[in-house]
Amino acid sequence: MTADSPVPSPSPSPAAPGLSGAGVEPEILTGSGAIIRSLAMLGVTDVFGLPGGAVIPLYDELMTQDAIRHILVRHEQGAGHAAEGYASASGRVGVAIATSGPGATNLVTAIADAYMDSVPIVCITGQVFSTLMGTDAFQEADIVGITMPITKHSFLVKRPEDIPAAIASAHLIASTGRPGPVLVDITKDAQQNTAPFIWPPKLDLPGYRPITKAHGKQVQAAAQLLAESRKPVLYVGGGVIRARASEELLAFAELTGTPVVTTLMARGAFPDSHAQHLGMPGMHGTVPAVLSLQEADLIIALGARFDDRVTGKISEFAPNATIVHVDVDPAEISKIRTADVPIVGDAKEVIADLTVAYAAAVRTTTPDISVWWTYLNGLREEFPLGYSEPTDGLLAPQYVIKRIGELTGPEGVYAAGVGQHQMWAAQYIKYERPNSWLNSGGAGTMGYSVPAAMGAKVAEPDRVVWSIDGDGCFQMTNQELATCTINNIPIKVAIINNSSLGMVRQWQTLFYDGRHSFTDLNTGHGSAMVPDFLKLAEAYGALGIRVTSADQVDDAIKLALATNDRPVVIDFIVSRDAMVWPMVPQGGSNSSVQYAKDHAPTWGEE
Amino acid sequence: MSSHVLSLLVEDKPGLLTRVAGLFARRGFNIESLAVGRTEIEGLSRITILVDVEDLPLEQVTKQLNKLINVIKIVELDPAQSVQREHLLVKVRADNSTRSQVLEAVTLFRARVVDVAIDAVVIEVTGDSGKTQALLRVLEPYGIKEIAQSGLVAIGRGSKSITERVYKN
Repeated sequence: MTADSPVPSPSPSPAAPGLSGAGVEPEILTGSGAIIRSLAMLGVTDVFGLPGGAVIPLYDELMTQDAIRHILVRHEQGAGHAAEGYASASGRVGVAIATSGPGATNLVTAIADAYMDSVPIVCITGQVFSTLMGTDAFQEADIVGITMPITKHSFLVKRPEDIPAAIASAHLIASTGRPGPVLVDITKDAQQNTAPFIWPPKLDLPGYRPITKAHGKQVQAAAQLLAESRKPVLYVGGGVIRARASEELLAFAELTGTPVVTTLMARGAFPDSHAQHLGMPGMHGTVPAVLSLQEADLIIALGARFDDRVTGKISEFAPNATIVHVDVDPAEISKIRTADVPIVGDAKEVIADLTVAYAAAVRTTTPDISVWWTYLNGLREEFPLGYSEPTDGLLAPQYVIKRIGELTGPEGVYAAGVGQHQMWAAQYIKYERPNSWLNSGGAGTMGYSVPAAMGAKVAEPDRVVWSIDGDGCFQMTNQELATCTINNIPIKVAIINNSSLGMVRQWQTLFYDGRHSFTDLNTGHGSAMVPDFLKLAEAYGALGIRVTSADQVDDAIKLALATNDRPVVIDFIVSRDAMVWPMVPQGGSNSSVQYAKDHAPTWGEE
Repeated sequence: MSSHVLSLLVEDKPGLLTRVAGLFARRGFNIESLAVGRTEIEGLSRITILVDVEDLPLEQVTKQLNKLINVIKIVELDPAQSVQREHLLVKVRADNSTRSQVLEAVTLFRARVVDVAIDAVVIEVTGDSGKTQALLRVLEPYGIKEIAQSGLVAIGRGSKSITERVYKN
């Protein structure tokens, strides 16, 4: 186990290039050796992967070193999501390795997912011999071409001497500016051939200049608007977490007294327990969060991208709001909603600058948002997050998820799949710190949870890591339980088993006259229960627990928390009729948010 | 819709053209013309793109293009502030009865005949798209057999240069 080992300092000849004069020749390494040495020099300690023909040279070298822990996954998609979970839980770059052709294409879903959610990962794929490229060689796929629209950048490497610079550039690009996935495709001959290992390599990236420091005038303008606003709200997105800006956000919010909403990607960026926090906005957001954005006169968007799941019908979104849009990616600004004050910069720096600028602005202006707070507090009181007990006598999924959060606490890490259970996990677990909530927000990738939780547990071995999964999602990637058991990665999986593809079923119930077309999975109550998740857990060497009633919930969670010698799978048999509320119907205005079925809040339009 | 000329200074790297074209294709925009060539700086190429698109999505594509790691600089070239040229080769039917009229058109347009056959000539012309299109209209009645047209290339008027500006920073 080297998961905890400090950044290794492998010993290439002490006379690194640039310091020449000592006349020490750089070490000659194979391309494969250079890949591993470069990763180690960059501080990478863990990689997830699965060997195949085009990466056998790389795996041969992996075997002979101990600077990097390699975790053998059971499917390359698992390696990709594990790298994402690793990165999302720790902020460090995640690394996945796959062979050419199908190995590489199996990474595609995870790469697309990382692209949508700005997750810093580096994917290293083997490519067929450079002499065979383009000939439809065995296991050949143009993975650089395939992933071009879903990577931040990619490299095709055909010579061993180009490897250090490619790996170092990939690592840099993945982790700076707006983070994202970078692919490095390396031919088998480049892995086999040798070259002097020169470190640090010379990076040649003249076109890559992420902007971090914002324009002072714009920051002042934003601060002035906030000082004059009567109905402001801070619309916090995942960029705040990626920028490690939670502390600055807390200081800024407390100085200004502004209401805060955190998007699905930003859960944990601002403590849920904080009095200024209105919850999550969007399609399944809290009523106060949705309506605060909708009725605001000033929205300060921080690392958020006005996703359609947040804005609802864009032409009717926040009609009276002036928009300050802070983002490190200039292409996000005014993409969906025109920004009145665009600020390109790193959230951490910009929020700090805004705090200073606001302090200066209020010397001449007296902000007054008390009426706004009275209104919002009224909404909070009238429309708290809540659910009704299922009428079929089965477990309420919301209750299960709530108890997992309460019994585990804010130091845990929670990785959700996609669907109803994801929304409930976003709503009913209270997040107090960044990087504690991992999910597939933009791409909506079912199957994300188990491998992401595995990656998170490798990155943060001392934390309790839950995979909150659905019965549909779980069946897509549960093979990684084998990886967890064999490699002593004791994650805890809570299957919120409603025997169906629940979110689709909910839409069918609400918008398709209850015609439940192909959403029955037969895994839960009153069904054939195929597969039997208990047996599956046991087959994988995990502890399997089945829970069917509320009185068993706490004991099962406590047993899971106490079990750390193997993974745990709890099969929570829940009601399939439970729905996610509140809800803004797709394409509808946020003003039409429904608190529960056919129950829209009323509020005064100005 | 309106036509825009984008001039991109890019690193000369494999796959770059695919990355650039992909950003247009993703949005369903059709590239009207494209020209790629070397610049005065080794390792840098210039791509000139003519695209017919509304201003707002164009701004979005431009921002996305700027995010490509191998793209160094993008400018939109205003027709009034730039020289824009395309190069056209056209093979026209021209026999004894029509050759003199065809050649007259060539002279009028300050074009050149670069190949002659018994019943056809190949004409070369350089100009903005107004000029090349006008020539084609004039030649059309004689019978156009084949057209080969380059992408538009363009350069800003005056003494300023894109590469200079990039390397000053």
